[in-house]
Order: sequence, then C-alpha cells, then structure tokens
Amino acid sequence: MKLSVQVNEGPYQHQASDTAYHFTKAALEKGHDVFRVFFYHDGVLNGTRLTTPPQDDRNIVNRWVELAEKYDLDLVLCVAAAQRRGIVDDGEAERNGKDATNIAPKFRISGLGQLIEAAIQSDRLVVFGD
Amino acid sequence: MADLYTVNKSPFEKNSLKDAIRFSGEGASILLIEDGVYGAVSGTAAEGLVTGASGKKFYALRSDVKARGIAEDRLIDGVELVDYAGFVDLVESTDKVQAWL
Amino acid sequence: MSDVKKFMYLNRRAPYGAIYAWESLEVVLIGAAFDQEVSLMFVDDGVYQLVKGSDTSESDMKNFMPTYRTLGDYGVRHMFVDKASLEARGLTQDDLIEVAWEDWETEEEVDNIVELVETDQAAQLLSDSDVVFSF
Repeated sequence: MKLSVQVNEGPYQHQASDTAYHFTKAALEKGHDVFRVFFYHDGVLNGTRLTTPPQDDRNIVNRWVELAEKYDLDLVLCVAAAQRRGIVDDGEAERNGKDATNIAPKFRISGLGQLIEAAIQSDRLVVFGD
Repeated sequence: MADLYTVNKSPFEKNSLKDAIRFSGEGASILLIEDGVYGAVSGTAAEGLVTGASGKKFYALRSDVKARGIAEDRLIDGVELVDYAGFVDLVESTDKVQAWL
Repeated sequence: MSDVKKFMYLNRRAPYGAIYAWESLEVVLIGAAFDQEVSLMFVDDGVYQLVKGSDTSESDMKNFMPTYRTLGDYGVRHMFVDKASLEARGLTQDDLIEVAWEDWETEEEVDNIVELVETDQAAQLLSDSDVVFSF
C-alpha cells in the first residue's frame, strides 16, 4: 500500500505528531510505501532543528529525522504555514531577507500542491490533528 | 467495504465520536486514539455512544489506553485493542480513512 | 483507478477562533490547479464558516469570508452543509452565503452550490469520496 500522512499539529503541544510518527514508523516497518509526510498548520514546527526538549523526554524532531534517514522519507513543510510560523530554509531566508535558518535536516519546504499530489498519488491519506 | 474513522477526542470534550458514529454506515470501523480512547470506557455517561451503535466495529489504540491508566477490564465489551501495526492493517483493509478530529 | 479523484474537504471548525478554517481554504484554492472533483462538507461549528455578515474591521484579522464566494471559480462543485448542525445552531440557509458556479466550457450555470443535506446523504457523500481531508 502506498500511503501519505498529514500532520496538523506541532510537537509537544498535542499528541498528534507522536501518533503520526508511530503510525508512519509502523507502516514502514511493515513494508508499506510512505509516499510523503506533509506538515501543515502548526505541524510545520516539527521541522525546526532548534528544538531542545528536556533530556528525559523524547526528541520529536530528531525522531522524524532519523526515520527519514533510515527510510529515505519525504518530509515536507507547507511553505505558507512555515512562513507564518518562522520556519526557514536557505531559499526562504534569501527570498524573504531573513538572517537565519532553522529547518531540520531531511525536511524540505514546499507548496500545498505537495499535499494535493500526495493525495492523488497515494492509496490512502491519513490525517493526524487536533 | 467501508471506511475507517479515527476519533481522537474525549466524548466529554467534543462530539467527534458522536459524529463519527452518526456519519458512518454499516460495517464501519471506528478507531479511538489519543483522548478518543476515553470513549471506550464502560460505566461512563458516554458509554451509550458505543454500546448503542449497531453494525460498527470499535477499536482502541492500546498504547493510548495504557498511558491513560485504563484497565482492559474497564473497556466496553467488543472494543478491540490494536497496536500501531494493527492501526496500519486497519488502514489497509478499509476503503479510506476519515479523521474526525 | 481513474485519473480524477473525488476530494472531500471536511470542515468542522468555526472561523477566526483558530486558523484551521483559513488554512483549509488555502488548500482548496491551491488544489484547484489539479483538476480533481472537489466538494466541501460543513459540519458542527464548520457551518459558521458560511454565515453572512462577517466584519473584521475592529478585530484586525484578515476577513477571508469573501473567498468562500469565489470557490465556484476554483473548481469547487459542491458545498454541502449538514442540516442538523445548522439547525442546532439556530441557523437556516438564509443565514448562509451563496456561491455561484459556472462551467466555462459548457456554460452550465448553478446559482448556488451551497446545499443542505440530511445525515444519511452526508454520510453517503463522505463514503463515496476517494479522499477526505480533515483540518
């Protein structure tokens, strides 16, 4: 089965990104093809490398990065949502004159069309949110 | 075949479970996750939502049930516990997923 | 599987109190470029998204209500409203905006694509869709 995952909430605030992570990991371990994980609304906050949780807690951002490294996952942050919430990569920094970037490795910023494409290409779209 | 409905809200907070039941047909699978698992507990004022729904199969995500200290013998009869692999299997075996947030 | 999928956007949030309604609308606008069969369903507080008379002049928030009226131009063919949710909120169709639709090629016109549906009909429409987007 080819599936895509949509994450609507930021890490820590809501359990949605935890559930999305565990679901995605389970799907990959069962051999399914995860076409894309698309982060929307506050979900884009899953993609900042500046996250510093307490040492005795899970690192939600690093978990995504490690999963992406292991399975070559496509982690996409919605550009409009990312701009509103201050998630910046090199391209966005240059385009919008920002003095820093904060995007985590393995994540990329792209348009909402990536979500639509994922819905068209995949057998299932699974949404996690608040 | 029918759809999988995911519900992640306590029935005491929002009407997501009630609506997922209302908008789902015969043969639907309803998976309770996150705070949605409170809807699977027997002896509550909300248990009628699940016990009164006919022709639908209810599931609850085991890790969320355990995290909330819900003993398995408190679950409404017929609610089946699944792990994340079981969640994936439900997604595969149903037509599509509707998230009732 | 055919090339065109039936997309259903399930809207259950009120506008303004949270950004979900507006950012969901942005998906619909962008999605128009992909030529899928697009419908919107408004349930629960989502019905408040279509209520006429929004004035954000004193709240300093972006008024996105006029955008709903243009959805017919963005390839949205149906905007279904759960009648039970509407009635529970003391509203009728007269309280809701109207959205016109026209097919530029066939010149087929519909004055208002906002349509009240009963629970059974809404359930069937959701079931018949290929993809349900929730926000």
